[in-house]
Amino acid sequence: MAAQPAVLAALVLLTAVLGLVWRSRQGRVRTVRRNGDVDWAAHGVTLGERATFVQLSARVCAPCRATARALADVAGGADGVVHHELDVEEHLGLTRELAVLTTPTVLVLDPAGAESARSSGAMTVAQARRALDAVDAVARA
Amino acid sequence: MTHEHATPPTSARPAPPGIDPRGPRVGAGLTAVLLAVVVLLGATTAGLVLLAVVSAGFLLGAVRGAQGTVQGWLFRALVRPRLGPAADLEDPRPPRFAQVVGLVVTGVGVALGLAGVLVAVPWAAGIAFVAAALNAVVGLCLGCELYLLGLRLRPASGAARAR
Repeated sequence: MAAQPAVLAALVLLTAVLGLVWRSRQGRVRTVRRNGDVDWAAHGVTLGERATFVQLSARVCAPCRATARALADVAGGADGVVHHELDVEEHLGLTRELAVLTTPTVLVLDPAGAESARSSGAMTVAQARRALDAVDAVARA
Repeated sequence: MTHEHATPPTSARPAPPGIDPRGPRVGAGLTAVLLAVVVLLGATTAGLVLLAVVSAGFLLGAVRGAQGTVQGWLFRALVRPRLGPAADLEDPRPPRFAQVVGLVVTGVGVALGLAGVLVAVPWAAGIAFVAAALNAVVGLCLGCELYLLGLRLRPASGAARAR
């Protein structure tokens, strides 16, 4: 049968398209505006004076580790910025409430606890700084 | 290296010793090549036998972690000596979970093949090929992406019944 090489070629093409789309979306910062109706203190999150990174992670998620390091790095180098990592298994209700579908998902909160930006997938230090800029821009507006 | 910030779930559970993150990706590449051969063999007994071999490898990985597979051994024996040291070590649990996902997908193919539904063999191999190739080439762990969706579905259906 000559169909099998064609099937394999189609699978390779599908893999390439999926891979490129997925990679281009990693850590991309989306500016959002959601009201701060989440009781963050109840989830153990203390808000930073400038911004708060809330990272939703899972045990089976390898990019969560690298993202946590990048965010801890940025939070450590900026005044009033804090980073919290929550396990989705322990905060399932929160993931539903916030429509989180994948890990890591990072919410960037303004000083009042309202979500100002969001990013899914492995996040770099540069992307985290850009997310901070987004929060500052919202705060000035 | 662990990160010392806040009180993340990573530090709440003692993490097992880290592994070289390039190992599972090289292993996924080797697995993808084997699965590509299964796709080329199609709905044949030879395809079923090779898929069973790949599936047995996933069983090893599911029990011992990705570093405990034949592919993991090949990486340590042949590839790593030619590379520099890893910049960073990785938690072995995510790659091990990926092995479980691979075991389920290829295991269904083998079971259906043994039951006489040979056409399931190239299908299972094709699905597993895409997942393994994505893991090897861009580092995407498909099973890990689906993990949270699975978590969210389970208790949601339970809550729906309770209502």
